[in-house]
Amino acid sequence: MEDMIFYDRLQFAFTITFHYIFPQLTMGLSLIIVYYKWRFLKTNIEKYNNAAKFFMKIFAVNFTMGVVTGIPMEFQFGTNWAKFSELTGGIIGQTLAMEGLFSFFLESSFLALFIFGEKLMGQKLHFLTGFLVFLGSWASGYLILATNAWMQHPVGYEILDNGKFVLENFSALFSNPWLLPAFLHNQLASLVTSSFVVASIGAFYILRNKNLEFGKLFLKTGVIFGLVSSLLLAFPTGDWNAKNVAKFQPAAFAAMEGIFETEEAGAEIVLIGQPDMVQKKLDNKIAVPNILSFLTYQDWNKQILGMDQFKEEELPDNIPALYYSYHIMVGLGTIFIAIMALAVFFLRKKKLYTIKPLLWTIMFLVPFPYIANITGWYVAELGRQPYLVYGLLKTSEGVSPTVSSGNTLFTLLGFVALYMLLGLLFLVLVGKTIHQGPTPQKH
Amino acid sequence: MEVFWYIIISVVLAIFFILDGYNFGTGIIHLFFAKTEKDKEVIAKSAGLFWDFNEVWLVACGGMLFMAFPTFYASVFSGFYLPLIIVLWLIVFRAIGLELRSQFNFEMWKSIWDKSFGVSSLLLALFFGIALGNVVRGVNLGGIENGTATFEPHYFFLPLWDSSFSPLSETPGVIDWFTIIIGLISVVTLAIHGANWIILKTNSSINNKLKSIIFKLNILLAALTFISLLVWQIVNPNSLDNFIDKPYLILFPVIYFFGLFGLFFIKKLKKDIHGFILSTLVILGGITSSLASLFPVILPSTNNISEPLTIYNTAASEYGLSVALGWGIIGLILVAVYSIIQKKLLNGKVDKMDYGH
Repeated sequence: MEDMIFYDRLQFAFTITFHYIFPQLTMGLSLIIVYYKWRFLKTNIEKYNNAAKFFMKIFAVNFTMGVVTGIPMEFQFGTNWAKFSELTGGIIGQTLAMEGLFSFFLESSFLALFIFGEKLMGQKLHFLTGFLVFLGSWASGYLILATNAWMQHPVGYEILDNGKFVLENFSALFSNPWLLPAFLHNQLASLVTSSFVVASIGAFYILRNKNLEFGKLFLKTGVIFGLVSSLLLAFPTGDWNAKNVAKFQPAAFAAMEGIFETEEAGAEIVLIGQPDMVQKKLDNKIAVPNILSFLTYQDWNKQILGMDQFKEEELPDNIPALYYSYHIMVGLGTIFIAIMALAVFFLRKKKLYTIKPLLWTIMFLVPFPYIANITGWYVAELGRQPYLVYGLLKTSEGVSPTVSSGNTLFTLLGFVALYMLLGLLFLVLVGKTIHQGPTPQKH
Repeated sequence: MEVFWYIIISVVLAIFFILDGYNFGTGIIHLFFAKTEKDKEVIAKSAGLFWDFNEVWLVACGGMLFMAFPTFYASVFSGFYLPLIIVLWLIVFRAIGLELRSQFNFEMWKSIWDKSFGVSSLLLALFFGIALGNVVRGVNLGGIENGTATFEPHYFFLPLWDSSFSPLSETPGVIDWFTIIIGLISVVTLAIHGANWIILKTNSSINNKLKSIIFKLNILLAALTFISLLVWQIVNPNSLDNFIDKPYLILFPVIYFFGLFGLFFIKKLKKDIHGFILSTLVILGGITSSLASLFPVILPSTNNISEPLTIYNTAASEYGLSVALGWGIIGLILVAVYSIIQKKLLNGKVDKMDYGH
C-alpha cells in the first residue's frame, strides 16, 4: 500500500512537472504575441508582424507538447486516483470538463487559423484569432486553478454518508477566496517565463550578431515585460497568496517558512538554513527577526504558529522538500527582479545592447523561471499534503484500489523514457526555429 | 438528467471517432498504400492539419464523463489501467509522427516519423475497437474469484489477456477473440474512412486506387460484421432486448447498414464527399447501435454477483448535472461555431496549404 501511494504520487509529480514546462510558456507567450500583433496593427511596421508569427511558431511546438503531455494528466485522475475521482468527480469534474469545452477547442481551432490563415482573412481578423488563442490559454489556466483552489480550500460542497462530495453551489467554485490570488500569481509567473524566453532569444541574436533588428526588439520587450511581471509577482500577488496559506493552511505555512517553534513575540523570516528533521531545527540559519509577522499580519509582534503546534498527521509529509521549494521560488523571484531592473536601467541609458556580461546572463537565465514556476507549484501541492482535498480527504485514500504498484512502476518508467525522447525532440524543434530566425523565408 | 448527459457524451464520443477516426484511418492507409514521397507528404498533411482539434474531442469526452459519471470514470479508467496508458503513449507517437516528419528533409528522418504515425494509428484503431468490445462484453466487476469479491462491486482490474482468450471465461481479459473481432472491425472501418478522407482532401496519385481498396475493405467489413453479429448474441445475450422494447432504436443499425451498403457503390459516387458521409454513417451507426443495445447499462458485469454499472448508479448529483447542462450547451454551441469557421477557412484540398510550423 505504501509503495502504491508512493509510485502513484511519483508518476503524477513527474508527468505534471514535465507537462507544465509547456503551458507556462504558452500562456505568457500568447499575451506577448497579441502585443506584437497589436503593435503591427497600430504602426504597420512589418517587424512586429514577423515577431508575432515567429513566436507563434514557438508557441505551436509548445502547444503540441502541451496537448500530448496534457491528456495523460486528465486520464490519470481516473487511472491512478480512481477513489479520488469517484468521490470528488461531481465537483472537480465540472471545472475540468469546462476546460475541455471552453479553452482547448478555442485554442486548437484558432491556433491553426492563425498559422495558416493570415492571407485568407486580413490583418484585423488575424489579430482576433491571435487574441482568441490567448483567451483560450488563459481560460485553461483559470479553470485548472479553480480546480486546484477547490482542493486547497474546498467550498460549495456537501459530503454524503458514503463519503461522496456533492456540488451544492456552482458559483462558489469561482468565488473561492483561494482562486483569484492563485490565478493572478500563476499567470504572472507564466509571463515571467515567457518574457525571459523572449529576452533570452533576443540576447542570443545580439551576441551572435545575427537578426540584430529582432534581437534588439525581443530583448527590449523581454526585459520590460520581465521587470513588470516579476515585480507584480512578488507584490501584491505573492504576498496575497502567502497570507492565504497562513490563513487557510497554517501548518503548511509553518513548514514552508521553516518555523519549527512558535515564537510568542513575533516570528523571524528565514533566508537560508537547512531543516534538520531529527532535532526539529534549522541548521546554518540566517534569519531576520520579526519580519515574517510584519509581512503576514502588518504587526511586528504577532505570534505565528510553528510546527510544534500541529499534530504529526496534520503536517505536510515532506517538510524539507516544501521548505526548499518555497525558498528556491522566493530566492529566484528576487534575483529576477534585480537582473531585470538592471537590464531596464541600461535599456533606458541606451547601453543594454553592448554590455556583454549582462547579455550572457540574460541568455543563460532562461531555465530559472521554469524552475521557479515548478517549485512554486511544488509549494502549493506539497503544502496541501497529507490531503488531496484539504482537511477532508487524505492522499492515501484517493488512489485506485485495483492498480498494483508494479503496474504503476511500469507505466512510470514508460513515461520517463517517452518524455526523455519528447524533451530531446522539443529542444531540436525549438532550436531549429530559433536558428531559422524571424525573417520570413523565401520558398 | 442522466439520460441527457448520456446522450451528449455519446454524441461527443461519436464525433471523436468520426473526426479523429479519419486521422487514424489516414495513418493506416499511409502505412500500407502510400509509396511515393509526394503522396506520403500530402496524406500526412491531410491528417496533420487537423489532428489536434480532433483530439480535443477526446479530452472533452473524458472531462464530461468525469463530471457526469464520476464512478464510471473512476472504475473504467483504473480497471483498464494498462491498455489506457498504452493508448496515451500511442497518441503521443501519432502526434509527434505528424508534427516532425516535415521538419527536416532527410529520407530516413521522414520514414521514421511516417512509421510512428502509421503504426500508432493502426494500433489506436485496434485498441479503440477492442475497448468497445470490452464495454459490450462486460468485465468481472468486483473482481470475483471463486465467488468472493476482491474489490468494491463497482471496481475491477482487467489483465491484458486471460489464458483462454475467451470472452466467456470467468475472468476475461482486455484481449479475447470477441474483442479482437470488434478491434478488426474498427481497423477496417477507419481505414475506409481514412481513405475517403484522403480522396476528399487531397489530389494524391493513389486516389483512384483507393476506391477499389475501399471496395475490397468493405467486403471484409461486411464479412466481419456478419461474424460479429453471430457471436454478439453469445457474448451478450440481452443485446436485442432494447431493440425489441423500443423499436425506434432500430434506426441506429439501419444507419450502419445504409453506410455499409452504400460503400459498395464507391466507384459510382459522383462526389467525393458522399463516400466520406457513408463511412461516417458506418461509424456513427456502429457506435450508437452498440451503446443503444446496452442502455441504460454502460458496463455489464460478467458475473452474477456484482450489479452492472448503469448511468443511474454512476452519475453525479442532480444539481451538478443540471448546472453543467447550462454551460455544456453554451460550450457546444461555441464549438460548433469554431468548427464552421475553421471548415470555411481550411476548405478544399490540402496539397497547396503551407504546413511549415
